[in-house]
Amino acid sequence: MGGFYRFLLRRSVNMVIVLFATLILTIALLGPTMDRILRDSIKYYIIEEVNSKNLKFPNEVERQKYINERVEFQTKALGLDEPWYSPKRFFNTVVKVMLLDLGKSNFLTSDSGSSNVRDIILEKLPKTVLLFTTSTLVITVIGLYLGSFVASKAGSIWDRFNSAFAVFSGSFPTWWVAMLMIFAFAFTYHIFPARATPLTPPSDPQYAADLVYHMLLPLITIVLVGFGSWAYIVRYFVVGILGEDYIAAKRASGIPEKRIIYSHALKNAAPPIITVVALSLAGSFGGAITVEAVFDWPGMGKLYYDAIGVLDIPVIIGLTYISTVIFVITVFVTDIVYAYFDPRVKVA
Amino acid sequence: MLSRSEIVREFKRSKSGIAGVAILLGLILMTVYSAVAIPLESFRQWNNPNFWIDHPKAAAPAWTNLGSKVPEHKIMDSRDAEISESIQDGTRTLVHSYSIDFNYDDYPDDFMLPYSAKYGSTQPVLDVSVIRPDGKEFEIYFSSLPVSRSDQGEFSSRVFSTDKQIAESLKRYLGEFQYRQDPAKPEVMVFSDTQEPGVLKGKYTFRETFFLFNPGDSVIDSGVILGGKVYGLMGTDEFRRDLAIGILWAAPVALFIGLTVSIASVLIGLIYGVVAGYRGRRTDEGLMRINDVFYSLPTLPLLVILSVTIGRSIFLITGFLVIFGWVGMAKISRSLALQIKNLQYVEAAKLMGQSDINIIFKHIIPQLLPLTFASIAISVPSAILGEAALSFLGLGDPSIPTWGQILHEANSASATTRGLWWWIVPPGLMIAITGLAFALIGNALDAIVNPRSRRV
Repeated sequence: MGGFYRFLLRRSVNMVIVLFATLILTIALLGPTMDRILRDSIKYYIIEEVNSKNLKFPNEVERQKYINERVEFQTKALGLDEPWYSPKRFFNTVVKVMLLDLGKSNFLTSDSGSSNVRDIILEKLPKTVLLFTTSTLVITVIGLYLGSFVASKAGSIWDRFNSAFAVFSGSFPTWWVAMLMIFAFAFTYHIFPARATPLTPPSDPQYAADLVYHMLLPLITIVLVGFGSWAYIVRYFVVGILGEDYIAAKRASGIPEKRIIYSHALKNAAPPIITVVALSLAGSFGGAITVEAVFDWPGMGKLYYDAIGVLDIPVIIGLTYISTVIFVITVFVTDIVYAYFDPRVKVA
Repeated sequence: MLSRSEIVREFKRSKSGIAGVAILLGLILMTVYSAVAIPLESFRQWNNPNFWIDHPKAAAPAWTNLGSKVPEHKIMDSRDAEISESIQDGTRTLVHSYSIDFNYDDYPDDFMLPYSAKYGSTQPVLDVSVIRPDGKEFEIYFSSLPVSRSDQGEFSSRVFSTDKQIAESLKRYLGEFQYRQDPAKPEVMVFSDTQEPGVLKGKYTFRETFFLFNPGDSVIDSGVILGGKVYGLMGTDEFRRDLAIGILWAAPVALFIGLTVSIASVLIGLIYGVVAGYRGRRTDEGLMRINDVFYSLPTLPLLVILSVTIGRSIFLITGFLVIFGWVGMAKISRSLALQIKNLQYVEAAKLMGQSDINIIFKHIIPQLLPLTFASIAISVPSAILGEAALSFLGLGDPSIPTWGQILHEANSASATTRGLWWWIVPPGLMIAITGLAFALIGNALDAIVNPRSRRV
């Protein structure tokens, strides 16, 4: 077991390094912009305040002096007098975000009106998880059956058709197919709504049904683009296993071909397939940005899209960090599970 | 290891590989065509709305105009006009008459009356009337031209059909119609039958009369632009741009991004992986840890952040894509270098005292070159898709047309829910086809040179 613990340790260290690297990179890139926005907003609010309070000044110079003093005071109070890369502020931000204290957003709010970044993300997270987990599940099931079916007929017309479809669908941008689907099924045939944000409020008992109805078109789109390459991956693994000696032995002992494929071959191909499923699910946030933006699906991807539009830096940092956390933890867990069952991995 | 001629021979036998090469040749032809036949100006001015103002707005491709005919786009300038001139009490009257045979089943999309004139302090007056096939004459515009800003320069402007003056003037003719008409839609009202709702076909004459009060004044040009509902090979978008030009020009851009990114990232990954695999031990450990970190970084979010904060020029975006592109190749080439470095000839070279750099570049990397070419082709689609996704989010290079950017604009103008399919289908199809070409070539090459996929 010593090898396994060393492996575990190495992976954990790796995970922390990745999280640190992402965070430092994000903050270093966004720091200057964030500072500028914060300073501008302080100035804006103070000028607003001076105007609304109707303060009287003997002349313009006095007024400007007062405003400058107030701005300086506020900037100091918020610690903005030091640049973002000063050790104190930088370390402060890193530790805070690492502990999931994501601060307050600049512009965006959650549906309940909170401007706490964690609240906003927590509100959107389930929607993204719902859409992408469901579609990954559907894709996996279709991929497993189709993949092992064409693997059993390797070289046939079905197999070639499937490979061609996989290459085709892999070249299509999912968000473009999404636009086509909206054009076909929302504009030409009014079957699905064009915007996937349900209009019923979440408190309504009808909400769940409405959400599912709005989810169908994005779901169909993701499945349509994704299942081809899935079937291809499954086929690759299953064909590899069908060439092994023990399968030949099973064939020789007269076990029906169907059982060999669906129960023996598929079972042995399962670990790598599960890894790929887990990784693609964990990495789906990148795809979520474009797909959710097209469908207006109220998830994390749409939130990210909106946050870029208004340059809401705390939300951008928070989302980038959370999506990395999810990805890294999934990679970690799959690695460990895989290593536990397949001793070869630990050595490599 | 296969020789070069063997690889070429096997590749020629692969139908999908040949198909990929054929598509690629088509794309290169498109590039050559756009470089030769389309003025470079249209590429530079892609995002300048004034450049495209003479084009129709959101018009479908011309070849869709079958069955019931919708109006085609018509641009006429003073060369197409019948010009007459007269002088009375020191006022010169210039009449430019434009005859249009309007035999379509639908109304035009809009119309514009561009003019350019040279005048001093007293502004000329422009009077526009339309003489319809039923003999009725609608005076649609009567106004003095704006005060000229430059002293003796030319002044060019245009009267749009959406001008308030036109709607105001048309109110006088509402009584002519047996049914309700909307003067706010001059393109409909001017071209409507008075008896029943429908298009009045026949010959229309737009008469533009300029009254000039100074001897030095002159009219340089006038014209009528009848906004068509169909235009060109691929139609136009909301900003009146000819989509065919954008789509053609985007082909070299996509090829440049795809090839530069994939070549750079595959080469970096190759050297990185081979060094890690060959040196082994701590170097390998360290390099592969860095590789793992890059593998786990969220690509699209970081690409977005990079282009928001650092810049959006096409060269920067190419660089950003390389940062995330080399990771996969590094893993593959490392595992192959691990195998090759234990081969006898490498050991022999080492014993002969050759330097590590020499061994890596002379003995190991040449062995991996066929695989490198396959990997370059395979990684082009993801580079193209990456750039397209970035452009689609509105973060691409704003100065040049790309397919992703055209789709971004289509999405922002909600082209999907307005049924403007010609704005959506071609750019996406081009992205897919370009990616497909390289995927086909790459897969065919990979099947020949990669020992792993050979087996299956």
